[in-house]
Amino acid sequence: MFTGGALIFLLVIGLTVLTIILPQERRRWLAQQNVVIAGGIVFPVAVLSLLLGYGFFVTRGHVGAEEPTLRIEVIGEQWWWRVRYLDESGGVRFATANEIRVPAGEPVEFILKSADVIHSFWVPSLAGKLDMVPGKVNTYTFSADKPGVYRGQCAEYCGAQHALMAFYLVAMEPGSFDAWAAGQADPAWDRVAAELKYGRDLFIANGCGACHTVRGTPATGDLGPDLTHVGGRLSIGAGTLPTNIGTLAGWISSTQHVKPGVSMPSFGNLESRDLRAIAAYLESLE
Amino acid sequence: MTQTDNRTERAAPDRELPNSTPRPEGELEELERVWKPPSGWNYITVVNNTYIGVFYVGTAFLFFILAGVLALIMRTQLAVPENDLVGEDLYNQLFTMHGTIMMFLFAVPAVEAMGVYLLPNMQAARDLPFPRLSAYAFWAYFVGGLVFFSSIFFGLAPKGGWFMYPPLTSYEFSPGINADFWLLGIGFIEISAIAGAIEIIVGVLRTRAPGQSLDKLPIYAWTMLIFAGMIVFAFPAVILATALLELERAFQWPFFVAEKGGSPLLWQHLFWFFGHPEVYIIFLPAAGFVSMIIPTVAQTPLVAYRLVVVALLATGFFSFGLWVHHMFTTGLPQLSLSFFSAASMAVSIPSGIQVFAWIATLAAGRIRLNTPALFVLGFLFTFVLGGLTGVMVAMVPFDWQVHDTYFVVAHFHYVLFGGMVFPLFAAFYYWIPTASARPLSERLGRWVFGLIFIGFNTAFFPMHITGLIGMPRRVYTYPAELGWNTLNMISTVGAFMIAAGVLLFLVDLIRNFRPFTNKSPGNVWNAGTLEWLPSGNYQTRSIPIVTSREPLWDQPNLPEDVEAGRYFLPGAPTGGRETIVTSPINATPQYVVQMPGPSWPTVLAAVFTAAFFLGLTVKLVIPAVICGLLAIAMVMLWLWDTDPGPTVDQVDIGGGLRLPAYVTGPSSHSWWAMVVLILVGGTLFTTLIFSYFFLWTVNPGAWPPGSVELPSLGWPAVAAALYASSSGAIWLASGFLKRRKRNGPWWSVRLLLLVAFPLMAGGLAVDLFGQWQTGLRPEEHSYGAVVYTVIGVQGLYVVALTLMAFYTIARSLAGMLDGVRRVTFDNTMLFWHYMTAQGLVGLAVIHFFPRLIG
Repeated sequence: MFTGGALIFLLVIGLTVLTIILPQERRRWLAQQNVVIAGGIVFPVAVLSLLLGYGFFVTRGHVGAEEPTLRIEVIGEQWWWRVRYLDESGGVRFATANEIRVPAGEPVEFILKSADVIHSFWVPSLAGKLDMVPGKVNTYTFSADKPGVYRGQCAEYCGAQHALMAFYLVAMEPGSFDAWAAGQADPAWDRVAAELKYGRDLFIANGCGACHTVRGTPATGDLGPDLTHVGGRLSIGAGTLPTNIGTLAGWISSTQHVKPGVSMPSFGNLESRDLRAIAAYLESLE
Repeated sequence: MTQTDNRTERAAPDRELPNSTPRPEGELEELERVWKPPSGWNYITVVNNTYIGVFYVGTAFLFFILAGVLALIMRTQLAVPENDLVGEDLYNQLFTMHGTIMMFLFAVPAVEAMGVYLLPNMQAARDLPFPRLSAYAFWAYFVGGLVFFSSIFFGLAPKGGWFMYPPLTSYEFSPGINADFWLLGIGFIEISAIAGAIEIIVGVLRTRAPGQSLDKLPIYAWTMLIFAGMIVFAFPAVILATALLELERAFQWPFFVAEKGGSPLLWQHLFWFFGHPEVYIIFLPAAGFVSMIIPTVAQTPLVAYRLVVVALLATGFFSFGLWVHHMFTTGLPQLSLSFFSAASMAVSIPSGIQVFAWIATLAAGRIRLNTPALFVLGFLFTFVLGGLTGVMVAMVPFDWQVHDTYFVVAHFHYVLFGGMVFPLFAAFYYWIPTASARPLSERLGRWVFGLIFIGFNTAFFPMHITGLIGMPRRVYTYPAELGWNTLNMISTVGAFMIAAGVLLFLVDLIRNFRPFTNKSPGNVWNAGTLEWLPSGNYQTRSIPIVTSREPLWDQPNLPEDVEAGRYFLPGAPTGGRETIVTSPINATPQYVVQMPGPSWPTVLAAVFTAAFFLGLTVKLVIPAVICGLLAIAMVMLWLWDTDPGPTVDQVDIGGGLRLPAYVTGPSSHSWWAMVVLILVGGTLFTTLIFSYFFLWTVNPGAWPPGSVELPSLGWPAVAAALYASSSGAIWLASGFLKRRKRNGPWWSVRLLLLVAFPLMAGGLAVDLFGQWQTGLRPEEHSYGAVVYTVIGVQGLYVVALTLMAFYTIARSLAGMLDGVRRVTFDNTMLFWHYMTAQGLVGLAVIHFFPRLIG
């Protein structure tokens, strides 16, 4: 398509240049109505018909995709992604956020919804985008053929932090995917080591659970991302920062500086010791 | 092909031409006096198209510069990754304002303004048929546009993107008045676009040089006619969309709220039903510039004129069938995607015809590479490239990938900047000699072209790649590790080169642009069309008979004869401003229209209109209402002296032609304008009915929703009877008026108008109360919202007609209405019958459709 486009472009520009540089008698053939009919009607009708046919052919391939082996509900919210892995009956197997792991080579159906404004789900390296429209459910099936990490980003302007609404799609070997999924379905409480208990208590005491869920703890809030396994994700803040103890602490203390306008306030009042403890606890939630 | 050397061959011109020379003493002085713009403070009340046109173009260009500065700030922010020059809040305002201003306050007004300036000159009319309407449209746009722009200095500018998708832009996610400012800014351009469209349609079809039949009409006038027709059918959709969004924001009527039966996609359909034709509304006049400039620079007539006209008409027609290609990623059914994909490709064919016609014309002649020619070649290069990427994005699977990325940003800048800004600069360099005592500098012009052309391609070509490798549009920042850094830096450098070119153009303007002097360097390019005739404030001294598409090339000695007053209407026989009205197809002279001159009420009406909308936006309701009433009063004052009646019986325009100086009925320009206005109203109503059916499709089986009962059929029956009988009363009044000679007693007409008013208002009241008594409320569900909107639109007509009825009665009481002088009555009558028709259709849809599907 690009080559064809470039050739047509060169043809038109070439003809224009000829009308300027050629002596009059050698360009007279161009100066007639038949040239306009040939170049302006016959030629484009032929080329466009071919292109259109090809377009339908490609589109058909997209639509008649195979039966999915996995169904994932992704809900766009200002400005992050709520991700729910569904079981066979359509119930929620487990919830996560801002990171989608899939088995490589297997078709996955994404069920796309919005909780507030219009977003658009897009992983450029894998497939085209599809909008998430309030009141509408769009579905999209595709697969990541090779294992790897693919960046995705919201592609429909959705307000203040549209620019920082990204996610990672991680395609895993099917075997390790199953192990990962089993781990995600587990709650988090039983893995808290003694030295992290202080951070966990602070997490609860500071009211983080009003918005966030860490399954297995009293934190059951549903407004923000599920943090049950936040330490195992590649990024925090919807693709804004890599996950480590430093970025977690920075995010908590100055959320409104890192990503102004998000619902979470900056917890700038926390002592640095306490901040590190909470960050360490969250990092441990793998 | 040139107009020289024929002077000696011309035999006894005074016998062939309509008027003889020498002209009587004082005729020219009278013409000059009549058309002279006012001086001192009154200068701003000027209405001559050559003045308003220049103000209008200048203001549009000011907005081009302002929106360009916003773009430079954005490009500076994106020059490096993770930049913190501007925050997300300002950045989001910047791109929203950049897009909105470029589309609505620059592009549409600029091409419209060029039409106001050029069309009368090109058709040898003395002015457009409704000069005060142009002035009103300009001043409302000027005041409103500047206030709208100022919102960015207070952080109050809209930030929802130029297409303002709800729910992001509705009350829940955009509290505050930023989005209201957007609706305000759009409101002004809606007013001035509709006013301009009426003016241009009537102007092109009815005020042409005698003999300038449709097949001799300059291509530019064709493009403006189609442009204006497209405005009539496209703008109502966005007028409706903005009205619905404001109703939702102000009163929570849920048109776009999914939980209450609304749909965010309704906005997208309405917006793009306007928005795609909008692109061609901008492009067609620019293509018209090109079709005028190329024959001149090549010194040969346009090849395939008829094919080009057909192509223009086809573009206008097809452009209404493409809007869904902006919605390919919203998850619509495959079948509609395929249809709109095919239509989107098909629209490139008419553009192809034009491109090859231009190439063929260049081949037929010999191009002179002056500045207008350079800009036209730059246009061809840029626009063809943009057109090809346009065909690519018409492919659904490709669009899924590049939609809302920088690839699309590159594509639409190639077609809009390439397709409209390059031709506009060409037009500036080309036509400024008709407006200024000096032409612009050819030497500076080459530099301006070079900087803008190279700068443009440097800025926008890399964006194709930036988009293909995944950068979405409308992001205020981006991470450093994605490989977008260098490309963005190159784009920023290019943007500043464009800015340097525009700056140099301003230098050229300051040094050489000397408007309003009535001096002209003459036909500097040896062009063939009428705008190059010698002219003054009255345009041409006499109005020529045209026998060719390029009269200055083919009609020997035309400029001299026109200037000597040998053609039609060489003076001002009615003692006021006037021009010849011609038949729409063959341009046969039909009558002489007397036109109004400068007026303060027109300017004040525009200022009060602006103040009214602004007051509503900032929630100063009482002052707003006062300004609104003042605006209405000013409009009436301005109209008061625009229906002069037959001040003289007949006017001798020369050549034995005696034309009436006053005409009413279907052949009058006023009737035509009212018909165009009714088409606008009808389109608006049709899009509203479309919205009604669209909302039904998102609420199948719940229309009306559960608890709502339809009113019994007695209500609509009574309302319909009242509407119909009010129209009947007007019909009777028309008959009475016809039978009256002048200065008779008028009570029958006045009484019938007085009776028609309560019948009409009663119809509305029954219509409204019928719904209200069932308990239906507009804020609970989209059903109620759309039903009350249908009634509300009807209510607007009832209010307007109430004012018109009392205005007509006042004219009658003042002795300004009789069987001959009845334009005021005719306009009221036509509008009235339309109101009734719309009311009946509305009642039928709202009361029968739910019963039909229930």
